[in-house]
Amino acid sequence: MQIVFDYYNYWICIILMMVGFYGVIAKTNLVKKALSLSLFQTGILVFYISIGKVEGGTAPVLDKSVDNPVYSNPLPHALMLTAIVVGVATLAVAMAIIVNIRERYGTIDEQDLEQLEHETQD
Amino acid sequence: MGLITSIIGRRGLGWYLAMGTTAAVLAMSIQLLANVLDSGTQTVTYLMGNWPTPFGIGYVVDPLNASVLVIVSIISAVVTLYARKSVASEIAHNRLHFFYALWLFCITGLLGITITGDAFNLYVLLEISSLSTYTLVALGRNRNRRALTAAINYLVLGSIGACFYLLGIAYLYMVTGSLNIADIHNILVNKVFPTWGTDAPQYRTTVIAGFAFMSVGLSLKLALFPLHGWLPNAYTYSPSAVSALLASTATKVGAYVFIRVIFTLVGVNFAYTVLHTDTVLMISAGAAILFGSWMAFRQTNVKKLLAYSSLGQIGYITLGFALGNVGGLTASVIHLFNHALTKGGMFLALGVVAYRTGHTRLKDLQGLGRKLPLTMAAFTAGGLGLIGVPLTAGFISKWYLVSSCIEAGRYEMAAIVLIGSMIALLYTWKVVETIYFGKRDENAPVVKEAPVTMLVPVLLLAGGSIYFGIDASLTSRVATAAAHFLLGGAP
Repeated sequence: MQIVFDYYNYWICIILMMVGFYGVIAKTNLVKKALSLSLFQTGILVFYISIGKVEGGTAPVLDKSVDNPVYSNPLPHALMLTAIVVGVATLAVAMAIIVNIRERYGTIDEQDLEQLEHETQD
Repeated sequence: MGLITSIIGRRGLGWYLAMGTTAAVLAMSIQLLANVLDSGTQTVTYLMGNWPTPFGIGYVVDPLNASVLVIVSIISAVVTLYARKSVASEIAHNRLHFFYALWLFCITGLLGITITGDAFNLYVLLEISSLSTYTLVALGRNRNRRALTAAINYLVLGSIGACFYLLGIAYLYMVTGSLNIADIHNILVNKVFPTWGTDAPQYRTTVIAGFAFMSVGLSLKLALFPLHGWLPNAYTYSPSAVSALLASTATKVGAYVFIRVIFTLVGVNFAYTVLHTDTVLMISAGAAILFGSWMAFRQTNVKKLLAYSSLGQIGYITLGFALGNVGGLTASVIHLFNHALTKGGMFLALGVVAYRTGHTRLKDLQGLGRKLPLTMAAFTAGGLGLIGVPLTAGFISKWYLVSSCIEAGRYEMAAIVLIGSMIALLYTWKVVETIYFGKRDENAPVVKEAPVTMLVPVLLLAGGSIYFGIDASLTSRVATAAAHFLLGGAP
């Protein structure tokens, strides 16, 4: 049990990522697939942020009133801001394509799409 | 040098801007390659905002990525010239400026990936180029709605690949506390790896897990054999110009990143001697060569045939760097360049067929040898290059590849390369026979030769692939410099 509680932040990342990964693979609805992808990315965001945490550290703002302050590492946070933007863009592009698919095929279910494509060999 | 950055953030205001930018980038990257080869240290660096590298983001150019830069910029300039007519026929006119904006974003991303010396920056640029690529693929929807499903499939797999890469960087960052590629390499080699022989190996699992995640992610981007699912449809259904750009640059840049990670990030010693990644890569590469070539032979849509053949060619490139000796790396870099020219030229030639007839099925090519003599001659030259006939560029790279397979004692891989070439002969012959000996349907619409702005790029690439097959001194000089740099820089 010790290993579960000592590394609980990693466990949360792993659970989030695997839930997302499962969704990407197993769901046939394209919207659910795109959202699972987003969940998968969130798992990575949490992972990065948790590795930047320093025990007892505060927010990295220069504070002259405290002697020898301990700061958390701000770099992973800055990186993840970029990654969040990338994630949002990915989701937006995915949704735009899905809307287009709905207009052209009339369905967003992967199995139906496969069947439709199988019928019309073009 | 810093001018390379000026393309970042540029919004395309139409074809003229795109053409001007890509031409300027081409000139700059050729100049850069010359500079790198002439400079004693063989690297040119540019620090953004003049921050020293472990803290700031630096651009580092060495013989390897200078040559990849030249490949990307040659192809993008030539294809942009071609795109004007071709794209106008496939995309609504009021959307054209959006197309060129995405087009430039994609090229920016690819150039940025190549030039950056920072692992996280590389991820961001990878996503910039990938996101614009997904959209560009989806723009093929006007001709065939399957472009949309191809795009979403590519998006899901591509994003997972990029996420895996990101996760891999996180592990290496945990170990080294740095994101600069050269810095990570130094810390790993000087501080982490020496402890592994002792009783208390440091971070062994973490580094291995990080490298494993990065390898899988990059294999997805590169479309290495078991992870190639997105490639055939994405190439087949995207607009002609986009197929040509993707086939000749996007996977090449993926291969470049993989080479970079193996040789200059974790080091060839770790990747090949400690972990035996080379064995895995060779099995995938061999399977890719055989599977890709065989699937290409079975296709009836010529565009899909070329897409599967790309899969096989990626196998050759991977095999080259999996060998890990100077000859193999040289073959890999030469093949990056030669395959970009050859396959780019073939996709462009096929784009002319699509422009004139609206289709790329095998039966639409029947008897076109007489109607489109120049274009089809270019296509045939490319096909000969894929087989590896002497006096084409493909021969040079296969020669290097086979001889370095034998040098490394991998006779079975040399045999696979030769078998792959045999299958390439079969599928190329299938198309060429249709082009020249097929009877054109009596009722088929009249087909004219391509317009000049489309014909010139096709002939340029095809001519290039023959020129570099006859006089390979330039390409092999650059590639050998790159290979020596990689292995000399590696411990």
